[in-house]
Amino acid sequence: MIWFGIVISGILNFFLKFLPLSFFDVSKINPKIKQLLTFVPSAVFPAIIFPGIFLDNDGNFDLENNPRILSSIIALIVAILSKNILSTIFAGLAVYWLIIFV
Amino acid sequence: MSKKLILFFKGVVDIIPLSIPVIPFGIILGTIGVELGFGPLETFATSFVIFGGASQLVFVQLFSGGASLLITITSTFVVNSRHLLYGASFSEHLKNLSIRWKILLSYLITDQSYAVSNIYFEKNKNDKLKYYYLLGSGFFLWFIWQIATLIGIFLGSIVPDKLGLVFAMPLTFIALLVNYLRKINHLIIILISGCLSILLFNAPLKSYIILSSLISLSLAFLIILKKKKEVEK
Repeated sequence: MIWFGIVISGILNFFLKFLPLSFFDVSKINPKIKQLLTFVPSAVFPAIIFPGIFLDNDGNFDLENNPRILSSIIALIVAILSKNILSTIFAGLAVYWLIIFV
Repeated sequence: MSKKLILFFKGVVDIIPLSIPVIPFGIILGTIGVELGFGPLETFATSFVIFGGASQLVFVQLFSGGASLLITITSTFVVNSRHLLYGASFSEHLKNLSIRWKILLSYLITDQSYAVSNIYFEKNKNDKLKYYYLLGSGFFLWFIWQIATLIGIFLGSIVPDKLGLVFAMPLTFIALLVNYLRKINHLIIILISGCLSILLFNAPLKSYIILSSLISLSLAFLIILKKKKEVEK
């Protein structure tokens, strides 16, 4: 089952690149669609970020005593200042560990 | 050195700065894959077969969370849909290549190899061998990604669960979104999508990622249409 999922996702990702590379003419793509595709990260990534921060393991909204909120705010500030993936993750995890272990 | 080799290595050298952030990302993917209960071979296969960092994270998260296969595959597809543009914008540059080359190069296109190769292709439109540059940059990033995933798989099997490394996932995506935060239209879509994902989290079949993404993309389309009208006025 999982292998089937991996292979199908792999094939789809490949064709997302191969088909337009072989058959599309970029100048003929509707500019509105082009612009829409630039919104894909902004539309998809928050749906991974928000539940990972605000929901507990059982999927309940968790605002009180939630160490992930402060950690994420610090990570966000570091992300804006440094624009560096590694320092963002490290800052967020460091604050998180500081809160839960100290 | 032949010209092909020179172009290949030029691609490699140019993508090195962009491949540095990929290393921790790949390590995190490998670690999280194992922490979420994927086998080492399965985790590695996502890097080898799917080969798209953000989409692999979505894949392992949804699948391990009990989402159906259809939901997992569709959500992964939406994350990767931006690749459509990359393929399309290279079509003119690579149109004379054989199908075998097109298959290989399509597989190797990533955010990073697209970014450097696009610049190179635009500057060297008439160079018939310029695809060796994409081969070099694409291959190098692919190689780094596979190695980083393997390191992560190894770490994931020795790092204790209580460190909560799964939290590195939202942190990674925060870092990936940072360039969009300053654009007001993107910020609106980011907030809407985030709130929707919380509201829809208990929707059937773990469909919250795909539902929030599609609703926010529809709203983004409305914003685009509205902006267009304002420009025409």
